Amino acid sequence: MTQLLRLATAGSVDDGKSTLVGRLLYDTKSVLADQLEAVQRASVDKGLATPDLSLLVDGLRAEREQGITIDVAYRYFATPRRTFVLADTPGHVQYTRNTVTGASTAQLGVLLVDARHGVVEQTRRHAAVLALLGVPRLVLAVNKIDLTGYSESGFALIAKEFGAHAAALGYQEDAVVAVPVSALLGDNVVDRSGSTPWYGGPTLLEHLESVPVAAAEVDAPLRFPVQYVIRPRTAEYPDYRGYAGQVGAGTVRPGDRVVVLPAGLRTTVVRVDTPDGELATAGPGRSVTLVLADDLDIGRGDLIADADAPPTLTDELTATVCWLADRPLRPGARLLVKHGTRTVPAIVTAIHARFDEQTLSTVDGPGSLVLNEIGRVAIRTAEPLPVDDYARSRRTGSFILIDPADGATLAAGMVGGRLPTPEVRVIDDESCTDGGVPAVDRDLTSPGP
Amino acid sequence: MADTAVAVADTAVSVVPDALEALESEAVHIFREVAGEFDRPVILFSGGKDSTVLVHLARKAFWPAPVPFALLHVDTGHNFDEVLRFRDDLVAEHGLRLVVAHVQEWIDDGRLVERPDGTRNPLQTTPLLDTIAEHRFDAVFGGGRRDEEKARAKERIFSIRNAFGQWEPRRQRPELWDLYNGRHSPGEHVRVFPLSNWTELDIWRYIAREHIELPSIYFAHTRDVYLRDGMWLTEGPWGGPRPGETTHTRVVRYRTVGDGSCTGAVESGAATVAEIVAEVSASRLTERGATRADDRLSEAAMEDRKREGYF
Repeated sequence: MTQLLRLATAGSVDDGKSTLVGRLLYDTKSVLADQLEAVQRASVDKGLATPDLSLLVDGLRAEREQGITIDVAYRYFATPRRTFVLADTPGHVQYTRNTVTGASTAQLGVLLVDARHGVVEQTRRHAAVLALLGVPRLVLAVNKIDLTGYSESGFALIAKEFGAHAAALGYQEDAVVAVPVSALLGDNVVDRSGSTPWYGGPTLLEHLESVPVAAAEVDAPLRFPVQYVIRPRTAEYPDYRGYAGQVGAGTVRPGDRVVVLPAGLRTTVVRVDTPDGELATAGPGRSVTLVLADDLDIGRGDLIADADAPPTLTDELTATVCWLADRPLRPGARLLVKHGTRTVPAIVTAIHARFDEQTLSTVDGPGSLVLNEIGRVAIRTAEPLPVDDYARSRRTGSFILIDPADGATLAAGMVGGRLPTPEVRVIDDESCTDGGVPAVDRDLTSPGP
Repeated sequence: MADTAVAVADTAVSVVPDALEALESEAVHIFREVAGEFDRPVILFSGGKDSTVLVHLARKAFWPAPVPFALLHVDTGHNFDEVLRFRDDLVAEHGLRLVVAHVQEWIDDGRLVERPDGTRNPLQTTPLLDTIAEHRFDAVFGGGRRDEEKARAKERIFSIRNAFGQWEPRRQRPELWDLYNGRHSPGEHVRVFPLSNWTELDIWRYIAREHIELPSIYFAHTRDVYLRDGMWLTEGPWGGPRPGETTHTRVVRYRTVGDGSCTGAVESGAATVAEIVAEVSASRLTERGATRADDRLSEAAMEDRKREGYF
């Protein structure tokens, strides 16, 4: 069975990220003859002696002209064991919004450093953003190892320093791997290098092929946002009524006791339908249609959840937002929150803190957030939303903020209000009384008598 | 696809989906989001393998209810007969609705002028945009994949288009998690690409797994062809060999379905889906580069056409 792994790459501009991605595609035979021919042609035009693999991945004309990558690009490669969806995110500081976008769906993040410079400010920043977005695993690709004479001690020092930073961000030791590579020459990207006999770990691709991919949300309580009500009203299915959606967290089986939020109605799952037959169980990410025991008033925007472990139903959110728009966010802003399949009006009532990317610390009472800034805010919604802490469930703990005037996506939001400062002196800090998930409305969501 | 739900699978289903299941679930989720948030969606349908897979996924997304959208075919008038027959059979078999925009009508009334080279692929944009406006379609599903071409690698799954159908790279919204933002102003519409994360090989493997029928020209057959710019073209209403181009009889198949004047066949003996999967796995040419003259015009060819409102 071939599995899918979604990964995101991030690195400084000159670390050779495009070359690394180009190398991954090239060495896994994912670059086909005509693409390679175009790259060779363009390399000759630029006066280069060897094909510039970064040209494989620099897509838009503006990027080719400026020689930078300005938007998230998605790349695809496959081996007999895995299919990879790679979100290639730009390295410039001002493009943090792209790192956030690429990281939001990633199961693994690949960070790139130049072996000659080691872990730099931007490496720490990128790792912090990946940690904030809940990317479960990190790989540090220590690139240009050839330019250090394949120095073992240099690599060890970088790996150790990065490991300590990742640990401070909350990563377990086995979730972080460092690999010495040369994207230019191909050392340890796909094929093992003869120049690093001191390195006993996997090549970058070997690691990507073998790292566990099971969704962290498998063991979580069921969360199923209803997308659409299926009512055929045909001769064959006159009375069929099913609730279509994708399992957001946990698993669903016939017989499960569920609660429908925000109404708080209780019922039981009768069937987990697909066009290919009923399922005995469906896990995170699976699109199915649920048939319930009772005829309830359920529609798009409702959430079907584990009756014994429902999410918090609240109209007061504390959340981390990554501001993605040119216009700044100020307290009092009236916006739309899209959470799951529900979109509701909301007001940002306060901006409590801003994450300082330079010092990886928090600044209290910033007054506003501008493009690419990350902050902790308070949001009041027009209707209560069933939310989970983002650290527990990426799908039901996330939301976006939308400008009601022009429909622009303004921010990525995460329930819980964590900021990616190392050493976990974040929302559990005593000095920060507004942190954490707001009080639960127990009347609606607590298990009945 | 089963018409009625069969008994519960007797083996426990893994909770970690395989790659094709994950891609299918993602596409089904996208179809349902659009059905939930838009008033007048439509599926752009060419009769090619990608749009046929789209229709299959749409049927699965709403089963056992019928697909709640129409299909829109922009007919260049340079179609392969096999493809038109296939289209009409598919529509009839599944009770779908079909809207056809005939490029010929735009040429006849002077809104479009035939190009000197006879190629009609670039002429599809105006009839497409006119038809979207006339029917007030607000979401248009396309079979575009990000692996097809460099300019598509940065395309969003929900891609907002202005009143002129244009794609503006700087205006595209960041897409986070699976929270798609389809908000648009009157006159604007959103192109939606449920197959964004599929590769050509994924498409063929899915066709094999789901037993999806395709037009016969995808499979190896004997055809009279002539060579132009390294591609095997076939004679048709769009013209034939020019002086100096000679016709040969070859065993060929098509890897994409498009305007007959610029869609080339490849020499291939792959007569079944399994043989095509094997061939694609070993292929050294991307499908667009091998068979579509319109992408070879310049390095930025696709980007320019996207800005004009092409898919």
